[in-house]
Amino acid sequence: MDEVANYVQKFKPHEFRIWQGKKPLLSQIDIELTERCNNNCLHCCINQPEHDADALSREMSTDFVKGIVTQAAALGCLTVRFTGGEPLLRSDLAELYLFARRLGMQVILFTNARLITAELALLLAKYPPGRVVEVSVYGITPESYDRVAGHDGAFAEFHRGVDLLLQHKIPFIVKSPKLNILKDEQDAFEVWAATIPSMDKLPGYSMNFDLRFRRDDPLKNARIAKLRATPEETVAVFSRTPHYLKDMGQFCDKFMAPPGDKLFNCGAGHGTCIDAYGNAQLCLPLRNEATVVDLHEVPLKTALEKIFPAMREIKATNFDYLHRCARCFLKGLCEQCPAKSWMEHGTLDTPVEYLCTIAHAQARCLGLLGEEERAWEVQDWKDRVASFVHTSSSEGNTST
Amino acid sequence: MDITLDQICVTSEDVVARVIEDELIIVPLASGIGDMDDELYTMNETGRAIWSRLDGEKTLQSIADDLAEEFSAAPEVIEKDLLGLITELVRRKMVIVHKENAPQ
Repeated sequence: MDEVANYVQKFKPHEFRIWQGKKPLLSQIDIELTERCNNNCLHCCINQPEHDADALSREMSTDFVKGIVTQAAALGCLTVRFTGGEPLLRSDLAELYLFARRLGMQVILFTNARLITAELALLLAKYPPGRVVEVSVYGITPESYDRVAGHDGAFAEFHRGVDLLLQHKIPFIVKSPKLNILKDEQDAFEVWAATIPSMDKLPGYSMNFDLRFRRDDPLKNARIAKLRATPEETVAVFSRTPHYLKDMGQFCDKFMAPPGDKLFNCGAGHGTCIDAYGNAQLCLPLRNEATVVDLHEVPLKTALEKIFPAMREIKATNFDYLHRCARCFLKGLCEQCPAKSWMEHGTLDTPVEYLCTIAHAQARCLGLLGEEERAWEVQDWKDRVASFVHTSSSEGNTST
Repeated sequence: MDITLDQICVTSEDVVARVIEDELIIVPLASGIGDMDDELYTMNETGRAIWSRLDGEKTLQSIADDLAEEFSAAPEVIEKDLLGLITELVRRKMVIVHKENAPQ
């Protein structure tokens, strides 16, 4: 927070110090405006066809979305993230955007940029979202992009959309899936990304792709699983981050300990994600019926204050989970969570082997585990973490 | 622009004022408000008391008199605070000086 005068202080939305320990009940809300998408990406965990009549008929109405945004604002929410599917497929996107802005909310827009029009760009320029637009990029040539997106001509539309954002000086960042078919383009992609005025670091990459959130397509799941980065590739990407060891030392100092049998050790349920049909979820991927609340029947405040806290107390009963994950000190390195378990196995507490393997590979890279060791069997984990924190701290001081 | 006590000011329609957990939060809505598009603003108690009185009808002198009485403070201190804040907010385009009262 920056004091600019005796009377006025400026701050960024994530700086909650102004509330001095108190915090609004809801700081950010994610609203998935549609599951439909004009792309049909190889690795996608959510998309339904652009013209899917069933999905379209069940989507939240304009007024219903406005009602949710209004409830969120009343709870102190400062940021709404509109995502999808492709949120720009909704004809009321501009109306919803302006509605949220006029309630005093900043808007994060996730888009593939294909449907950005001159009118929308002008609107974003006149009433800036307050947060950078996040554009997913699926290739930087027509051939690669259209192949990943599964749609001829998609690249040309993406390119036009990005040009409009640049032309109107709308801050945006780009991110991309790490797919083998894009491997040869990565350097060129990063060179291009660096020319975008609001890109102040390397693009973000997704590589450990989620399976289908709705568990609706085993064939697509099989394809997604094949596209995922291997544990070795994942560790190689992580370790390419500047100050990796020093950052990991600081991270491990805070977040390494066995989680026990309480399943929700993350931020799930402290905020919420609304699916395209008006259900409040503990987090974006978790669509298990037992952990969602229909906002047609229950106010958002009740979900956040009464229902979610009870859900967060759910404990694991799966023997394998209790034997392994509950006792594993790699919790901070492992993405195992109820949502991942749900996507992979249809339960909340089944260990996900893929994630376990990645966490172990990363721990070996950091020197926390030997080759054949399994983390839940390690007794002296506190000593190992302390040693790593100490070593990484001194290495970090000498690295560039 | 020099701000004087005989002027009438009003909060801009290009910002949204919200009260969240007892804090007044000013959210820029249109382009060019404040310093950066992603920044939000909050005010101290004095700032908040002044902001709530910027109705486009009272002169700044009238607001200063009102505040001096409410807070039992020396008028010259209140006037200094008021002019300081309004100058800051006008510079950031969060407050507008009514044209008919603006210096010619």
